[in-house]
Amino acid sequence: MKTFKGNVLFLDRSDINTDEIIPAKYLTEITKEALKPNLLEDLVLPGFSRADTENKAVIVTRENFGCGSSREHAPWALEVNGINVVIAESFARIFRQNMYNCGMFAIELPRETIDGLFANYADKVVTMEIDVDGNQIRVLADGKSETIDFAVGEFDKTLVKEGGWVGYADKNY
Amino acid sequence: MGKTIAEKIFDAHRVDEPFPDTHVLKLDRVFCHEITTPIAITDLMARGMDRVFDPTKIKAVIDHVTPAKDSKTAEQGKILRDWARRHEIKDFFDVGRNGVCHAIFPEKGFVRPGYTIIMGDSHTCTHGAFGAFAAGIGTTDLEVGILKGVCAFHFPKTIKIVLTGALQPGVYAKDLILFIIKELTVNGATNMVIEFTGPVVDAMSMESRMTLCNMAIEAGGTCGICYPDMTTVDYLWDFIKDEFATKEDALADYSKWVSDADAEYERVLEYNVSELQPMVTVGYKPDQVRTVAEVSGTKVDQIYIGSCTNGRIEDLRIAAEVLKGKKISDNVRAIVSPATPAIYSMALKEGIIEIFQDAGFCVTNPTCGACLGMSNGVLAEGEVCASTTNRNFNGRMGKGGMVHLMSPATAAAAAISGTIENSNLFKA
Repeated sequence: MKTFKGNVLFLDRSDINTDEIIPAKYLTEITKEALKPNLLEDLVLPGFSRADTENKAVIVTRENFGCGSSREHAPWALEVNGINVVIAESFARIFRQNMYNCGMFAIELPRETIDGLFANYADKVVTMEIDVDGNQIRVLADGKSETIDFAVGEFDKTLVKEGGWVGYADKNY
Repeated sequence: MGKTIAEKIFDAHRVDEPFPDTHVLKLDRVFCHEITTPIAITDLMARGMDRVFDPTKIKAVIDHVTPAKDSKTAEQGKILRDWARRHEIKDFFDVGRNGVCHAIFPEKGFVRPGYTIIMGDSHTCTHGAFGAFAAGIGTTDLEVGILKGVCAFHFPKTIKIVLTGALQPGVYAKDLILFIIKELTVNGATNMVIEFTGPVVDAMSMESRMTLCNMAIEAGGTCGICYPDMTTVDYLWDFIKDEFATKEDALADYSKWVSDADAEYERVLEYNVSELQPMVTVGYKPDQVRTVAEVSGTKVDQIYIGSCTNGRIEDLRIAAEVLKGKKISDNVRAIVSPATPAIYSMALKEGIIEIFQDAGFCVTNPTCGACLGMSNGVLAEGEVCASTTNRNFNGRMGKGGMVHLMSPATAAAAAISGTIENSNLFKA
């Protein structure tokens, strides 16, 4: 199982697409590691710079994250940068499944909760940790902590625990 | 309660339901191209699992960058080619015999009503035009598909779109789907199937239906679906005539892949399309749609006609009708990429290629290249493209470039005038 703990990158926009996460010109790479320098290279978000992704483990964002192409290079580009968790109001279907298929978390939270995260934490140094068995997100900032419950399907959690879909499917089908 | 076509296909293909709302489906087709498949192949090899579930159900093509433009793309092609040979995947379309995946696979008769199809490509939803459940998936799902012939899905709800009236001259399936995406928004159909129905769809060719279904993903949809009918049977007849005594028999069989009248829908939306105008996108999201009239006069630098959305023979005929006897503006360059070798040949025989060349178009080989800024027509920073493709994301056709999505007719009109205009201005 991967680790799900670290600093949070807040991306305050909806509809961030897979071309923004990793542009198509890098799809000629045949290793995941090669994608590392180009994460979020074409992101349209005022004030954002590539350096913001350094030392981050969790992304918090708005609606429809990962829309567009089916490229699993998008989760891979996150993974090789140490980001194994994306928390959003909603995800595009293929991106969401790709995350779980890679044993990573794509957590959906209600709009009010996402609004609260942005309002309370976006301008702070924040750490989050996912309690996989407890279905909780622990948020740490300013020496204080809070916990947020989340829902995850049994299938998705099994993929996270088994480290992905290939091993599970090979065993069962 | 009746069932939707998607429910019927799920019921006929379900091999397991290991968890609530987790449906493991048997696959009829696994389609592959050289961008998302090589990593699946090398990962399977690394795991000691270099096997395929059924080489006759796997179809592969090199289409995104072809011929290879550099060592990296040559290596991607080589991995796919070597794998196809190693596993005796007979339907592998190498350079010269290759075309855009979502055009060449239907053209070869690989898609049938009621099929389940996956591909590591989001526009796999195109194949729903035949009454199939066809979904784009990532490389891990592709690996499992190749290895085991199964894929897991959550059950998709369905949005039914009923299209009535008649399209005006100069208005096509592309205008219609851009309008529908504007109505649904970019995530209005996420985790859902979109059924396209009604007399407008009934009257459409398979090419137009593929254009509609192709862009279902731009509203977040898992698959676009049209009901199989005699148009579907006619398109497939050469491939199915040994299976059925008559076309009527084929139609009777395929009619089991139609939604029941009392099926349950998430939403039903009805539109009369008779007043619909030619449409075009603005901005970086495919739901940012205006009428061509609203943005008339917008300057462009490049015109691109092609792709899995609009690179089929019908599209080239429509564009050629606008371009015939005219020259493109001195202020633009224009590129056309027939989506398959067969389409290219037809266009040659019909004199369409000559019309494009006389107008000043660059005619390229079949490829996806320009659509996603990989090859054959990448934009420079600050440039604007009038394009018949399916995505206007920031940087899609080249970093810092702007893409306006439109029909082949509108793109042809833009080539002539150098600005976005209604194609009816240029028709005889």
